Amino acid sequence: MEDLKEKLLSSFIAFESTLNGQAKSPIHKVRTKAIEVFEEKGFPTKRNEEWKYTNLKPILKHDYKLLSHPESEIEFKDVKRYFLHDTDTYKIVFVDGVFSSWMSRTTHDGYDICTFASAIEKYTHIVNKYFNKAASQEDSLTALNTAFAREGAFINVPDNTIVEKPIEVVFFSTNSDTEMMTMPRNLVVVGKNSQAQIIERHQSLHGNNVLTNVVTEIFAEESSHVSYYKVQNDEYTASLIDNTYVDQKEKSNCTVDTFSLGGKFTRNNLNFNLTGEHCECHLDGITIIEDDQLVDHHTRIDHKVPNCQSNELYKGIYDDKAKGVFNGMVMVHPDAQKTNAFQQNNNILLTDTASIDTKPQLEIYADDVKCSHGCTVGQLDDDALFYMRSRGIAEKEAKAMLMYAFSNDALKNVRIASLRSKLNLVFAKKLGVDLDFGL
Amino acid sequence: MLNIKDLKVSIEGKSILKGINLEVKPGEVHAIMGPNGSGKSTLSSVIAGREEYEVEDGSINFNNEDLLSLDPEERAHRGIFLSFQYPIEIPGVSVTNFIKTAINESRKAQGLDAMPASKMLKKMREKMRLLEMDQNFLSRSLNEGFSGGEKKRNEIFQMAMLEPKLAILDETDSGLDIDALRIVANGVNKLRTPENATIVITHYQRLLDYIVPDFVHVLYNGKIVKSGGKDLALELEDKGYDWVKKEADNLV
Repeated sequence: MEDLKEKLLSSFIAFESTLNGQAKSPIHKVRTKAIEVFEEKGFPTKRNEEWKYTNLKPILKHDYKLLSHPESEIEFKDVKRYFLHDTDTYKIVFVDGVFSSWMSRTTHDGYDICTFASAIEKYTHIVNKYFNKAASQEDSLTALNTAFAREGAFINVPDNTIVEKPIEVVFFSTNSDTEMMTMPRNLVVVGKNSQAQIIERHQSLHGNNVLTNVVTEIFAEESSHVSYYKVQNDEYTASLIDNTYVDQKEKSNCTVDTFSLGGKFTRNNLNFNLTGEHCECHLDGITIIEDDQLVDHHTRIDHKVPNCQSNELYKGIYDDKAKGVFNGMVMVHPDAQKTNAFQQNNNILLTDTASIDTKPQLEIYADDVKCSHGCTVGQLDDDALFYMRSRGIAEKEAKAMLMYAFSNDALKNVRIASLRSKLNLVFAKKLGVDLDFGL
Repeated sequence: MLNIKDLKVSIEGKSILKGINLEVKPGEVHAIMGPNGSGKSTLSSVIAGREEYEVEDGSINFNNEDLLSLDPEERAHRGIFLSFQYPIEIPGVSVTNFIKTAINESRKAQGLDAMPASKMLKKMREKMRLLEMDQNFLSRSLNEGFSGGEKKRNEIFQMAMLEPKLAILDETDSGLDIDALRIVANGVNKLRTPENATIVITHYQRLLDYIVPDFVHVLYNGKIVKSGGKDLALELEDKGYDWVKKEADNLV
C-alpha cells in the first residue's frame, strides 16, 4: 500500500491537471504554496507538542481513495434524520465530496449560500479577499486542506442583513466499498451588523473507514453575530480532523459549540483571533463517548486588542475505554488590556479505563486583565447519588439524571430550539435517561 | 413499625454505635438528643441506607422486613424518609423534576402508574402553601444557591410530597430562624397521622417546643443512655448534657 503522504502528493498533480484555465489563478497559487508546506512537514507525529496525547498514525494507515464522486445514490428518507426537522433551513449538502443539488436549498437572494466551487468562479473577489486569510499557513493539516481546497460551503452575508433561517452544512459519505478521504473547505463571511446561524455535520452512511480533514474559516465583521454548531455524532468507523479559524472584528459576537457524541477519532482544532475591540466569543463543548472512541479538543484564543471577552466551557463524560484530550490556550497579547477570559474544562470518568488528558493554558502579556481557568476530573458525586436514592430514585436513574444535568449545561447557548431538543434527545438516549420525566 | 435491636455500627474501623435498641410505633414521635459526636447522624444514615457504614451486629426491622438488606431507594419505597442535615445541591435538576421522578419511581415500585401531571402539580401547590414557599422554587435547581432555611423547607416539602410512613428529621432546626422553624414545625405537625411516625434528631430542645415528642432518648457515646417523656428534653435544656454523661460514665 502506498504511503498516504506520497499518495496525496501525486494526487495533487492529478488535481492540477483538472483545473484547465484556473491553474494560474490567485487561489491556485495559494494551493501550490500550501502543498509545499505539507510536503515539507508531512503529518504531525507524537513528537509534535500539539499531538503529544493523540496518535494520528493508526488512522493514516488505511487505503483511502481521494477522488470525489458519489459512490452510490442515497434517498432523502434515509438521511432525513440527520437534518433538523420542523424547522425551515437552508441546506448545503455534499455526497462523497460532491455537491448534491437536489438535497440542497441554496440561495443568492440577499445573501449567498452556495458551494465554495461556484464561489471560486462567481465571487472571485470575495474568495480572494478572505480565502486562507484566517487559516494557519504553517499547520500541515490545514495546508493539506488548502492545497486541495475546491469544494465545501460558501456563506456570504452582506452588511446589515439577518439570515433568519439556520443554515445546515452536511457532508455524507456512502463509502460502502472503499475507504475514503475528503477535504472540504468552508468559507463563512458575515458582514457588519449581520447575523447567521450555521450547523455543520459529517455523516457516514456505511461502516467503512472514512477520514475527513476539514477547514472552516469564519469572518465575523464589525458588530456581527455568528452562531456555529458542530454536531459530531458519526459512525464508529469515521475519523474527523476539524480545523476551524475564526476572525472577529470590533463588537462582534461569535459562538462555536461542539457536540462530540460519536465517531472513532475526532480532533478539533478551534482557533479564535480577536482583532477588534469589544468583541465576545463563546466556545462550548460537550463530549459524551464510550468504547475506545477518542475526542481531542485543541482550542486557542488570541486576545490581540483590548476590551474583549472570551468564555470557554468544555465538558466531557467518558465511559469504557474512551479517551479525551483537552488543550485550551488563551493567549493575551501585550496590547490586550482589560481582557476578560474565562476557561473551564470539567470531566467525569465513569470507569477506571477511561481517561482524559487536560491542559488549560493561559499566557498573559498584559497587566490589566481578568483571566481564570481550571479543570476538574472526577466521578459522580456519591453524596448526590445517596441523596437521590434516599428519595426513592434508583441508582441507575439517579446516575443518568446527574450526567444529564451535567451535560445539559452545555446546551444553554444553543439558540435554535429544534437543534437543542434534538441534542437533548441524543444526550438522554446516550445517558439512559427516560425523557418522560420531562427534565 | 421500626424495631432496632442491639445495633452496632462502625466506619473505617472506628466503632460509632455500640448497641442501640429502639422501638417506634405508628403515630409516635420520638426525639433523639445528645451531645455532638454521640452518633445521632450515624443512626439516621444507617436507617436510610448510607453504604459507607458497616453494620457489625444487630438488626433493623421495618414493618417486619429486614431493612438492612434493602437498597436506599427500596427503603424509600417502603416509606422511610430522611430529612438531611445538609441537603445536597444538584445543579441542573429542577425541584419539580426531582420530586416528580422520586414520586413516580416509588409508584412504579408499588406497581402503580405514574401520577398524572395535573394531579402532581395540584399536590405540589397545596404542599407549598403549607410550607409558605414561593412558586418559583419549583423551577430552581435542587438546593442550588438555596439559603440554609430554604434547603430545610425544601426537605420538608419533599417529605410532604412523598408522604412517608417514617420520617427522620436530622437536625432540621439547624440554620433556621424562629419564623422558619415555626413554619417547618407546623408543616411536620400537619403531616402527622395515627399511621405514620417521626424521629426528630436534635441537639437543642428548641424544635421540641413545636414538635412535641412522646418519647425522648439521649444518645451518648454510641448508646441510648436515658429515655423518658417530653420532660426529659426540658431537663436537658435546663441542666445540659453533663449530668447524663456523668451518670452514663459511672455506669460503665
